[in-house]
Amino acid sequence: MTQLATNISIGRLSGYDHDFLLRLYEQMVQIREFEEGVKYLFLQGSMPGTIHQCQGQEATAVGVCSALNEDDFITSTFRGHGHALAKGLSMEEMLNELYGATSGCCKGKGGSMHMGNMSKGMVPAIAIVGGGIPLASGMSLAFKMKKTSQITACFFGDGATSEGAFHEGITLAAIWNLPVVFVCENNLYGASTRVDKVTRLKKLSDHADSFGIRGETVDGNDVIAVYEAARKAVEESRNGDGPVLLELLTYRRTGHSRRDACHYQHTDEKKEWFDRDPIDLFGRALTQLSGIDENQLEGIRDRITQQFEEAVVVAQKEPQPSLDELTTDIFA
Amino acid sequence: MAVAEITKRLSIAESLRQAITEEMRRDPTVFCMGEDIGVPGGWGGAFTVTLGLEEEFADRLLDTPIAELGFFGAGIGAAMMGMRPIVDVQYGDFLFLPMDQIVNNAAKMRYMSGGTVKVPLVMRAPIGATGRGSQHAQSMERYFIGVPGLKVVAVSNAYDAKGILKSAVRDDNPVLIFEHKLLYGSKGARAESGAVDATSEIPDEDYTVPLDKAAVCREGSQVTILSWLLMHHYSMSAAESLANEGIDAEVIDVRSLSPFDYETIGASVRKTGRVVIVEEGPKTGGVSAELAAGIMERFSENMLAPVHRVASPDVPVPFTPVLEDAYRPDPPRILEAVRKIIQH
Repeated sequence: MTQLATNISIGRLSGYDHDFLLRLYEQMVQIREFEEGVKYLFLQGSMPGTIHQCQGQEATAVGVCSALNEDDFITSTFRGHGHALAKGLSMEEMLNELYGATSGCCKGKGGSMHMGNMSKGMVPAIAIVGGGIPLASGMSLAFKMKKTSQITACFFGDGATSEGAFHEGITLAAIWNLPVVFVCENNLYGASTRVDKVTRLKKLSDHADSFGIRGETVDGNDVIAVYEAARKAVEESRNGDGPVLLELLTYRRTGHSRRDACHYQHTDEKKEWFDRDPIDLFGRALTQLSGIDENQLEGIRDRITQQFEEAVVVAQKEPQPSLDELTTDIFA
Repeated sequence: MAVAEITKRLSIAESLRQAITEEMRRDPTVFCMGEDIGVPGGWGGAFTVTLGLEEEFADRLLDTPIAELGFFGAGIGAAMMGMRPIVDVQYGDFLFLPMDQIVNNAAKMRYMSGGTVKVPLVMRAPIGATGRGSQHAQSMERYFIGVPGLKVVAVSNAYDAKGILKSAVRDDNPVLIFEHKLLYGSKGARAESGAVDATSEIPDEDYTVPLDKAAVCREGSQVTILSWLLMHHYSMSAAESLANEGIDAEVIDVRSLSPFDYETIGASVRKTGRVVIVEEGPKTGGVSAELAAGIMERFSENMLAPVHRVASPDVPVPFTPVLEDAYRPDPPRILEAVRKIIQH
């Protein structure tokens, strides 16, 4: 079984400079703040659409994206806010998008489930389960044919491993030795159905054997563990040593979507995972380092909160598209 | 096989092969991906279109696993990153497998991204009832003409096939090209019984055929016959017979199935006032239904008679030749329809 951390020992942080560690913390805090704020705005009724959120899964997005270069690409899913922020999209362009404004990252035509920004290395997120997996292989095929050194990190959930797209897409990457890291965020539930009800595998990374590639299961709430596993996988795939399948064990602290109250998550299970909250785990370790204290972390949290609140005020007043925008952007 | 051996009069399979060869020479980002397309000693795809191309383009003819959803999706991903892939299915019926990738990803990506993503992807699919029973026979155009963001064309002769494929490769949007098994002119072990001659004289110089234009192939004054692929050839033959009866039919190869070229179609309808649409495939929910509605919305004041459709019955494609022949519209059924509409 994969060891799930109840604390992160400071020995594991010794090789990293403080700026890097604080950036990881800040990015996770940014995702949490963004998601909690968006949830409030949605429940309050001021924000249109539906939402699929990732509170509790911040370490997977941040750990993986921190191992990527700026010109590397990611593919994402309907639960993609965290991936987008970790890849460098701004809270402002995402809030504007959620409010349907023309200044949104997709001009208000994508919305919550299709966040993306090509100039920041994120194609619009694919909201069909598993649908981004073949896409990621093709993106990496292009990188390989054009002999660039870019790679693709392809995010998907545990539910996607039952889709044909998972098996077909990874097979292509495997046979052509493409530079992709397949990142399965196993949050234990496909919507409300627990993962052990839909697979006999104990570890979803065991799927890697069926493709003839390397697979690894990692504690997805330990941002350092995720970063280190991702860095290794990214390096391997960039060096032409083939794609890698990472399974990151994590937990969703909020509903599948909208007003889902998660009655299907057991109390004990919830407690166990909430006690291992990725931001708390990492924050506790950081404050044990000499030179970092709780005040500093609080300063980060306050700064992000303020930035978010300011961005909301702006987003709510951003211009909505004119009606002739309905029929533009169909063809290039 | 060497390209130099190809004569000037080419079949559709040969002209498509020539178009792919020329486009791959012109642009290093063009590549082909599909099943059995570049296996040395193999078939060059199900209907010989890519036969021998692996000799010149070893690293740009990618033989895939039998995973249509996977490699169509990969084609989209590669196109988004600046390549110009040509992906094909061996039989159009298999398009149901990658349909999610085509409809949800290829066609919508530009819109969802607010106009920042391009998907210059070419998709090819052979269709038509050809003695193979129900699952290698369907006319698939109907399922794709109502997909915003997707261009859909059908090629009925070798000249158009080459020019349209070149336009599709150079277009920055996803283009789905339908081809007909009985029109390829495939040779050797991959030849089709019941094949119809769709060869054309192919000029030496580079040319393209637009993706959004119908072609008036026979001018006439009394009735407009609209059709594409095999049915276009049957319509031309029916028009010859009609001429002997003193009926002057105009025959249009619709070619562009999405969007329809209402300019060319409209000019003809204003002239003749009568329209017969001929479609291989079940009548209900077919391409001809959309076309008929579109014509009535635009040109009803010019119509001397209601639009008449000739299509297959609403049944799966049968195997046994006697039933398959009854399924597929043929020149006598077209004649019958035209005679009826002329009397109206």
